[in-house]
Amino acid sequence: MIVYLLRRLGQSLLAVIAMAVLVFIGVFFIGNPVDVLINPEATQADIAATTERLGLDKPLYQQFGIFLSNAVQGDLGTSFVYGRPALDIILERLPATMELAFVALLLSVGIGVPLGVWAGMRPNGVAGRTIMAGSILGFSLPNFWQGMLLILVFAVLLGWLPAGGRGETTEFLGMQVSFLTWDGLSHLILPAVNLALFKMSLIIRLARANTREVALQDYIKFARAKGLSGRRVVLVHILKNIMIPVVTIIGLELGSMVAFAIVTETVFAWPGMGKLLIDSINLLDRPVIVAYLMLTVLIIVTINFVVDVIYSLLDPRIRLSEMKG
Amino acid sequence: MNRLTAPLIAVLLGSAATPALAQELTLGLKSEATSMDPQFHQLSTNIQVLKNIFEALTTQDAVQKVTPGLAESWEALDDTTWRFKLKQGVKFHNGSDFTARDVIYSFCRVPLVENSPSAYTIFTGGIADMQAEDDHTLTITTTATNPLLPTDLWSLAIVSADALGAEDEVTYAPEGNCEGMGEVPQAPAFNSPDIAVGTGPYKLDNYTRGSELVVTRFEDYWGGTPDWERVVMRPITSDGPRVAALLAGDVDMIESPPIQDIPRIEEAGFSVVDALSNRIIYLHMQQTDDPPGIEGADGNPLLDPRVREAISISINREAITERIMGGYAQAAGELLPPPMFGTSGREVDPYDPERAKELLAEAGYPDGFSITLGTPNDRYINDEQVAQAVAQMMAQIGIQTNVDASTASQFFSRRNALEFPIYMAGWGASSGDMSSPLKSLVATYDEAAGMGPTNAGRYSNPEMDALLLEAMATIDDAERDRMLQEAETMVLDDFGIIPLHYEQTVWAMKPELSYEPRVDQYTMASEVKPAE
Repeated sequence: MIVYLLRRLGQSLLAVIAMAVLVFIGVFFIGNPVDVLINPEATQADIAATTERLGLDKPLYQQFGIFLSNAVQGDLGTSFVYGRPALDIILERLPATMELAFVALLLSVGIGVPLGVWAGMRPNGVAGRTIMAGSILGFSLPNFWQGMLLILVFAVLLGWLPAGGRGETTEFLGMQVSFLTWDGLSHLILPAVNLALFKMSLIIRLARANTREVALQDYIKFARAKGLSGRRVVLVHILKNIMIPVVTIIGLELGSMVAFAIVTETVFAWPGMGKLLIDSINLLDRPVIVAYLMLTVLIIVTINFVVDVIYSLLDPRIRLSEMKG
Repeated sequence: MNRLTAPLIAVLLGSAATPALAQELTLGLKSEATSMDPQFHQLSTNIQVLKNIFEALTTQDAVQKVTPGLAESWEALDDTTWRFKLKQGVKFHNGSDFTARDVIYSFCRVPLVENSPSAYTIFTGGIADMQAEDDHTLTITTTATNPLLPTDLWSLAIVSADALGAEDEVTYAPEGNCEGMGEVPQAPAFNSPDIAVGTGPYKLDNYTRGSELVVTRFEDYWGGTPDWERVVMRPITSDGPRVAALLAGDVDMIESPPIQDIPRIEEAGFSVVDALSNRIIYLHMQQTDDPPGIEGADGNPLLDPRVREAISISINREAITERIMGGYAQAAGELLPPPMFGTSGREVDPYDPERAKELLAEAGYPDGFSITLGTPNDRYINDEQVAQAVAQMMAQIGIQTNVDASTASQFFSRRNALEFPIYMAGWGASSGDMSSPLKSLVATYDEAAGMGPTNAGRYSNPEMDALLLEAMATIDDAERDRMLQEAETMVLDDFGIIPLHYEQTVWAMKPELSYEPRVDQYTMASEVKPAE
């Protein structure tokens, strides 16, 4: 087991380092930040001074070396634009994104699982077909377009909900959150729905497929034969068994939801990390871009690592086959 | 629901303006201030927001004329010495009095601000000395003659020496060597309303990065009580959501709605105002021996003024402003819209493709040549479409033109590396003075002297350079105006650079509001008024 853990940890570390190299080189080639940051009226001397102060006059390998040695000590650089540690700026935005991601996750599970089970139980009914058709829309319509449509309908035409921003926030466990006030909650609904739609469709399809499979198993037939009520069969026997793959997906998708809520945050002007990334790319704020991507990589690698470890605990065949391979 | 009930209630009450609106104003801005420190990042986004909280010795009105701010008057004693009389009875937000000490402290702090992405030292670098004759009289000595000192001072925000912890006596010395500065707070400290203390009409209330900036009315403001009790400024960077926020009633006013959405906004009952901006969109041509991206010609055809003239008169500027800019632009004959300082009222180059072909033939290119036109595609209003139109018009006189469009950050880096034989870009003269485009865009590139930093066409005219330098050292406004006109005429007669159009800046707001549009494109909360 320990050998397996160490090996898996080594692989994760390698992935992080490989990403660091790729990200750093990629960002290096997307233009010179000084051209964007500095006032156009500045003279060549001002430009040179700024370039030097930001360390941009050094060759790529030196800049990377400095970045690496700082990163090992937990310093991912200082933002060019804000003049503060890049990590601080990102972490400041983390609660807003986490809140959005969790609410979206709740929505997609809370709505997706029941709908999927329903569609799985009655695959040929009108409701079942409608749900499946709806989930295709959730899959195939681009995220930003869904977002704009939600704004158009619920904010502009109906005027029920605000079009963007975060609204009133209150302190909860040391973080600023929106969901405790009506104003905050009303701002949260549309972006959360927007972010949830894709995952919801995914979960609906997964739940439906599994329900259909499980419903044909002998133990379900046996439960029915025992005379258990339909509700009990669905809630206890079927739901319990389809949740295993659903939980796996949730674990994997939560990471990507936190990391890539970018589109939703941009459309709804939601002040999270994704919007920060877009703004930073426009301003070529390299340290923030690099720190953001590194943080994302870390989150995803960590989640994958934890999931793998849990799997190997649940099912010894996994780590055995890997050790042989 | 809001959209229906609000007018209904207003009708029932028999009054057009609802009381709630008269107290609070919400603005949707297209970008966000990077710091609350007014001396940290010299960027229009920061300046327009922080001008509500901090003031400077001078101000600029909607057409960029320099008018008194915290200084009530000033005079040039000689070529390098100026005396400023400061306003009496001005209070800071924390209740302390505004005196010459605050001015000296503020100027002293500029070079001490750490990590600034674009420092304000370009304005303080030329100040050799400052002396307070008394609490409200100040003399400023510059190292060289600088007729634009009162203009430059508009950019230097006055912070409170007391709030920032200065000693009782502050003495000026250049390059951050002042005495009596105490411990100088850095930019992050300005998130606190205790440090971000200015003399402006609004006080800082709350700044949540990425989300909103809230300011509240300063009751003791020397210029009278501001109209709004509370102003919320929300950054909404994407165009569509910003328009949606206005239509949905989330915000009362937005800046820069996309031109194609304006009819829809007007139909929904909102008012739209626009004004000519100080931003010129121009074409610059690389006038060096061997530029990249030109094929089918020996040497560099752009070195021939006849070719440059042919390009200029091949462009139908009226068609561009009408069809691509939707009327929200004006064909340009100069580098700044008249009647701004240093303009001559020069005619727009006529559209004459036949004459252009003749000129090309005379210059020895009867069959034309092919060239690459560089342009950003997300920086100026409809920039890529304009460049495409220009390319087609140039193709009609025989110059095959490929458009190379890229995102602004890419474009500026490539342009500054001289990758484009011809490029389209824009220039906003923040000083509102002709010396700004002349010095930056067409003066001979000279790193040591700081001339021509954005002259990526490498145009060079020593005669013009000499005249420009002389103008920049002339205090007499009438004389300087004449010299700048003459210098500009030299460049334009030579077709050294080709002006295309002046952008117009647009604001959209609820019908209950009014705003006098500003040439410098700033959205100033204190200038938003309830409609008459």
